[in-house]
Amino acid sequence: MDEIPALQHPVAAAADLETGPAPAPTPSATKRLSHIKERFIEALLFLAAFSSVVITVGIVGTLLYESSSFFTHVSLKEFLTGTLWTPLFASPRFGILPLVTGTLVTTGVALAVALPIGTVVAIYLSEFAPSAVREIIKPALELLSAVPTVVYGYFALQFMSPLLQKLIPGLPTFNMLSAGVVMGIMIIPYVSSLSEDAMRAVPMSLREGAYAMGANRIITALKVVYPAALSGIVASYILAISRAIGETMIVAIAAGMQPNLTLDPREPAATITAFIVQVSLGDLPHGSIGYQSIFAAGVTLFIMTLIFNILGYILRKRFREVY
Amino acid sequence: MSDFKRIIVKRKRQDFIFNIIGIVCTLVGILTLGALLADLLIDGLARINWVFLTSFPSRFAERAGILSSWVGTLLIMLVTAFTAVPLGVSAGIYLEEYARKNWVTNLIEINIANLAGVPSIIYGLMALGLLVYQFRLGQSVLTGGLTLAFLILPIVIVATREALRTIPQGIREAAYALGSTKWQVVRHHLLPYSLGGTMTGIIIALSRAIGETAPLITIGALTFIAFLPPPPIKTQPPFLSFEWLWSPFAVLPIQMFNWVSRPDQDFVVNAAAAGLVLIVVTLLLNAIAILIRYRVRKRIKW
Repeated sequence: MDEIPALQHPVAAAADLETGPAPAPTPSATKRLSHIKERFIEALLFLAAFSSVVITVGIVGTLLYESSSFFTHVSLKEFLTGTLWTPLFASPRFGILPLVTGTLVTTGVALAVALPIGTVVAIYLSEFAPSAVREIIKPALELLSAVPTVVYGYFALQFMSPLLQKLIPGLPTFNMLSAGVVMGIMIIPYVSSLSEDAMRAVPMSLREGAYAMGANRIITALKVVYPAALSGIVASYILAISRAIGETMIVAIAAGMQPNLTLDPREPAATITAFIVQVSLGDLPHGSIGYQSIFAAGVTLFIMTLIFNILGYILRKRFREVY
Repeated sequence: MSDFKRIIVKRKRQDFIFNIIGIVCTLVGILTLGALLADLLIDGLARINWVFLTSFPSRFAERAGILSSWVGTLLIMLVTAFTAVPLGVSAGIYLEEYARKNWVTNLIEINIANLAGVPSIIYGLMALGLLVYQFRLGQSVLTGGLTLAFLILPIVIVATREALRTIPQGIREAAYALGSTKWQVVRHHLLPYSLGGTMTGIIIALSRAIGETAPLITIGALTFIAFLPPPPIKTQPPFLSFEWLWSPFAVLPIQMFNWVSRPDQDFVVNAAAAGLVLIVVTLLLNAIAILIRYRVRKRIKW
């Protein structure tokens, strides 16, 4: 990048030959001024880019600062192994496990919907569908992830829950199953779009090789294209997992807000995110133990998603297929 | 020979069956979107009228409206756009055009990739601890707008970078050859040429911010507001007022959430109507973004 000022010399000189030297400011002064301006602009742009790091520091710092005072009241052992989460009761208990199981069950249901359907859609769009169909279907499916999550919450409670109640007798109105299913449909495009991009990046020659050996389309897709695109596909799965763990409004509306230590998706339960929403809706005084407990829950959530984000990052680097 | 034929028939049937499965799975997504829209239309369309759009929330379902919440959403979006767009576009330009390959750049890149995966409610917790209590900005329009700006910043940065990356290197070299400085290349060439792609990303990011509920609940947005923030324009000098930045606010998705969680069926109808307004706005924004992307892709031939 440092060669550029040197390059400008002959050009500026040529311009001077034609029009004569510029009258008022000497060329060197203008150049120095423009050099300072360039440097100033670069510094501004750098600050803008660096602001993202400041935001991360803000997030981590706030979570650690606010939850550290929480952990002076509650031992880490009680927090991680306790089976009761009642921070707003007169005799509060702080075992995060019921919230974690709620999060894991809703996430599990969502993934059971999104991963198979999303993968099949990706294979279909990439290997089977005519390009005209793909050009219409892909953006249409992506609209699924553009719908506000609070609207999905409404849909889960008012549409999916009554529908599932007809199939499963005795299902309560608030349950993790309908929240999870709707959440799964919402994250289908995360899986299908990214996986399809990865599969389409697989060179044609690999497919042609398989066809030449007598394979049909589905065998080629499953045995050649899918493994070759695995890094991108797994990255899309991990994105879906981390989206499902952090999803808030659907579970807050449709899964009920009662902490419940269970692995049965038919029951109502609160997730970590739903708990944070529930507490925020009330008016908790700043600095109270209830106020600090949402930050402790937040740290747990942040660590869970961070693990998956890092895992995805490593997988993307590691399994990058070289053709 | 007949064996050979049988195998071919079998393999063709396999392909056919998967084709059906693929279409069915695709339809699950499309039909759900259809069912969602139909559900909202059936429940809420009848409720949408002028009074609904121009009334404050009320204890009586049939008198309640969304005036304070759509005004709140609009003001929050103003703050979000004026923060996230300059910051995100500048950051994108720096990373794509200026940044040297060193550890600072690496740190920023990994950091942005990670920020994009942080759940939105975590941004709300950060804003609650930092903006509301440490910086004492209060539960105001300013805090809400900044929170959502931080949330969509990674989307704007990534969109800007992708748009810049599609510009051929030759354009930059040609401009340098004519004596342009770096900033002149960016200002006169790269920014205009990448405008379409950047705009698409910004609109998608804003449409995401409009629907965000959780971070704003976390910072303590109110669900019942029966007044409007002070107007930004005044009749006496200096004509502009920024008092609205410090005003408490309600937004559309929170208003909808508030109505959904009530047992009274009349309020659920209100929720459907609010959801309909919300979804029409987001789908409209997405349609505009798709249109811009389509036209830019058609028009530019390098």
